[in-house]
Amino acid sequence: MGGALAAQFRRELKIARRSGGGASTGAVFFLVLAAIFPFAVGPDLNLLARIGPAILWIAVLLSTLLGLDRLFQADYEDGSLDVMLTGEMPLELIVLVKCAAHWLTTALPLVFVAPLFGLALAQDGAALVRVTLSLLVGTPALTLIGAIGAAATVSLRRGGLLIAVLVLPLTIPVLIFGVSAAGAGLADPVRFAAPFAILCALSLAALAGAPFAVAAALRYGGE
Amino acid sequence: MRLEVSDVRVERGGRRVLDGLSFVLAPGNALIVTGPNGAGKSTLLRALAGLLPLAAGRIAIVGADHALPCREVAHYVGHADANKASLTANENLAFWAASLASQQGGRSALQPAEALASSGLQRLADLPVSVLSAGQRRRVALARLLVASRPIWLLDEPMTALDAASQTRLGDQMRRHLDQGGIIVAATHGTLDLSDARHLELRH
Repeated sequence: MGGALAAQFRRELKIARRSGGGASTGAVFFLVLAAIFPFAVGPDLNLLARIGPAILWIAVLLSTLLGLDRLFQADYEDGSLDVMLTGEMPLELIVLVKCAAHWLTTALPLVFVAPLFGLALAQDGAALVRVTLSLLVGTPALTLIGAIGAAATVSLRRGGLLIAVLVLPLTIPVLIFGVSAAGAGLADPVRFAAPFAILCALSLAALAGAPFAVAAALRYGGE
Repeated sequence: MRLEVSDVRVERGGRRVLDGLSFVLAPGNALIVTGPNGAGKSTLLRALAGLLPLAAGRIAIVGADHALPCREVAHYVGHADANKASLTANENLAFWAASLASQQGGRSALQPAEALASSGLQRLADLPVSVLSAGQRRRVALARLLVASRPIWLLDEPMTALDAASQTRLGDQMRRHLDQGGIIVAATHGTLDLSDARHLELRH
């Protein structure tokens, strides 16, 4: 059982690496989003420093939507999903492994470059740490919630925009607590700890619940 | 173990595609399913593979040590090849070997390289599937039958895109599988050279 899951994980990483551009496209899109906000806001450094965490969070949220449409659709179209369903491995575990690989290849690079782009948004050192930590624990929830949208639209040829419409409202709690953890002052630890703990809880809840929702949607879509 | 299909009804989009279908296949039996387009050949194979819900009836494996769903003892080779274009033939097969491996043991399966060699693809093993021809991709998909040992083969139009030599090779592999006590259900428009195979003709 462990061997099958490890093989699945290696396969997803290989496909992500070879099909090219998955991680780097997301990071470049993130850069573009983070870079155009200051043009809209204007040259007020204080304002930029205040809304910087929110800008970074929204940019990451939109960047994680990229590539979601192919998360299950590629396997659906080439018949791999059918054959995976005939394995002894529960679909829920396969989904979890696919989401983990997707997070590792698309969301984790965004977390790594976020402090870099935060510098361009006039964030100081403490703020960069907060934003990065909040993104690190918050992005798994974004990926898992996004996977539900990807599974629900698996049989639709042009599901990309529909995924965004389905998924974005569901990510509002993650966004609220992510931004409040990222933007809260570290001088008062309670104000960082509380939203940060809720953010962790949201990711864990998504980890526990999303694989079942995704698997149910895929089984239904496969019919 | 036997494959028992009793009174199966499958509906697609509110239309009854299969109704009241029953048959029993024992080890060494092959069933060749024929019929016009839309008669339900692929639907039958997908239902056997557990990919479609049954509106009525039962598909059961009788006589196995454990109660097993048919999908876990069956290889399903559908119209789509289920191989990733960016991975090599070898990598695709290695993945399916791990993914479809059985906890129950059973007959030993071939290594991916051996399976490719016995399908005449050894020289293409390290090429990405995207550069292979349609027939070669089909042969990679069919090599999946050899890398994990499963008693039931569900084959949807297995001869499509295969050249004469490959058709002969697949025929040999199917006969060997039957000799070893396997079961084959194959849907086809052409002819499959399997002596004493049973035939099922589906109608609209």
